[in-house]
Amino acid sequence: MTTTLPAYDEVVARYEPVIGLETHVELGTNTKMFCGCPTDFGGEPNTRVCPVCLGLPGSLPVANKAAIEAIIRIGLALNCSIAEWCRFARKNYFYPDMPKNFQISQYDEPICVDGYLDVEVGGETVRIEIERVHLEEDTGKTLHVGGATGRIHGATESLVDYNRAGIPLVEIVTRPIPGTGALAPDVARAYVTELRDVIRTLGVSDVRMEEGSLRCDVNTSLNLPGEEWGTRTETKNVNSLRSVERAVRSEMLRQASVLDAGGRITQETRHFHEDTGDTTPGRSKETATDYRYFPEPDLVPIAPDPAWVAELKAALPELPRVHRRRLQQDWGLSDLDMQSVLNAGAVELMEATIAAGTTPAAARKWWLGELSRRANETGVELADIGATPSQVAELQGLVDAGKLNDKLARAVLEGVVNGEGSPTEIMTNRGLEVVSDTGALTAAVDEAIAANPGIADKIRSGKVAAAGALVGAVMKTTRGQADAKTVREMVLERLGVQG
Amino acid sequence: MAAISREEVAHLARLSRLAVTEEELDMFAGQLDVILQAVAQVGEVAAADIPPTSHSVPLTNIFREDVVTPCLTPQEALSGAPDAEDQRFRVPRILSEDVAS
Repeated sequence: MTTTLPAYDEVVARYEPVIGLETHVELGTNTKMFCGCPTDFGGEPNTRVCPVCLGLPGSLPVANKAAIEAIIRIGLALNCSIAEWCRFARKNYFYPDMPKNFQISQYDEPICVDGYLDVEVGGETVRIEIERVHLEEDTGKTLHVGGATGRIHGATESLVDYNRAGIPLVEIVTRPIPGTGALAPDVARAYVTELRDVIRTLGVSDVRMEEGSLRCDVNTSLNLPGEEWGTRTETKNVNSLRSVERAVRSEMLRQASVLDAGGRITQETRHFHEDTGDTTPGRSKETATDYRYFPEPDLVPIAPDPAWVAELKAALPELPRVHRRRLQQDWGLSDLDMQSVLNAGAVELMEATIAAGTTPAAARKWWLGELSRRANETGVELADIGATPSQVAELQGLVDAGKLNDKLARAVLEGVVNGEGSPTEIMTNRGLEVVSDTGALTAAVDEAIAANPGIADKIRSGKVAAAGALVGAVMKTTRGQADAKTVREMVLERLGVQG
Repeated sequence: MAAISREEVAHLARLSRLAVTEEELDMFAGQLDVILQAVAQVGEVAAADIPPTSHSVPLTNIFREDVVTPCLTPQEALSGAPDAEDQRFRVPRILSEDVAS
């Protein structure tokens, strides 16, 4: 499409967005949902399959107790009610990513219902209502060949690997989220981030978007103020936190341009493209599949013992929001400062850096300064920037020991991010250590005094502030590799003045 | 009134990816109608106090422990496949539809 998109500010001034999110989380159980095949990521094709997950005649599924426990814990952490009795259902469809021609899922009886998750956006708490959390099995991976590589259109054959088929998958569905206005993209991102952190805290999944263990579909619609909600589209293939935000924003812009031109939004599935940041149409909901759900006869109902649920609830770990509040106090940060740490995705990174011996102030300085700036510039998540908390702690250790000054430390950090090695290695290899050889420094100080007799006289007469010029001269001759404070002390001492 | 219409049979055939001729539609609609009418007799004797039954056995919470069991070899897994390539099941191209989840 070649239409020019309207400006975002104009769109949110004229329209109100409603968003909704469906998130799929692959559980980190040892085995699949209904059979004992292992679940590890990767592996040669079709090496983790058995009669059950291949849907061979006569095989019978049996539910994995660890997966049931995990989803109940997720439900509890999301403030849901846990069903006293529920069933699995067959979702029937004919597509070879499931060998049985159906997927075992849950339909009208999800195991967890009516919860919420509070997220912080722009200094405000937004309560995201959770409609349901249910359990299903993941699908196999199809590879389309014979046409344009990897694309359905034009392909003549599909090759299927069922290693992933049957891995327990938890689907978390929000209620529609109205009223977020211009912040809708940020709310969507904050929700998925918080959800990821909650699930990671529970230890039930590694929730890695890039490996597909956390996947997200984003629903977006626009309406005029005071009017009914608009027709929504569902954007799939959203594979990073940044993409969640971009997908909502891009859909808002696209829909506004359609509506502005007097057009109508088609209810459809759209695909997000990481490279261009926009969406293209997929399946239209008007021809959506009729899944013919019915209760799964091969699996008996689940009726979690209330005592078991109470036990799981009592044993929940400290959840990220509570944990952050405690860290904020320990670190002595204002609400606003803590929010910027959260927005930067730096909470866990700072925590680990501080655990490695760095002060909160120094940890915050590196993660929110140099490293955040670089993450923003290159469009990667802070956690993937290439510097680890232990490296940052090591760097700060070198600063504290007087081996690096601020400027040199930044150069070393640059090297760390570029994968040149540990801070100590980079400092040594590139000769970035502060000049601490007093002989060399004294010579440089004497040289600076001799070259600037006027300034030296001023300092002698008590104008201590003038020392800065001589410190600057020394820093220049040592190419920045001296400690400015030490140089200043030496200058004053040589001139017989008290600092 | 018929328990299933010709249009419903055509819809089910499309969902099941079955190519059905006009003559077959007439035939199956008639046959399925007879079957459904016969099964519907159960509804006549079901009293209001009998809940719909989805499972024949009164059991709940049958779980397995999260322990790995041996898998098939890829050769075994693919032995019944109509076609295979690169250790994967090879199937004809799928028309423009998405995966379930």
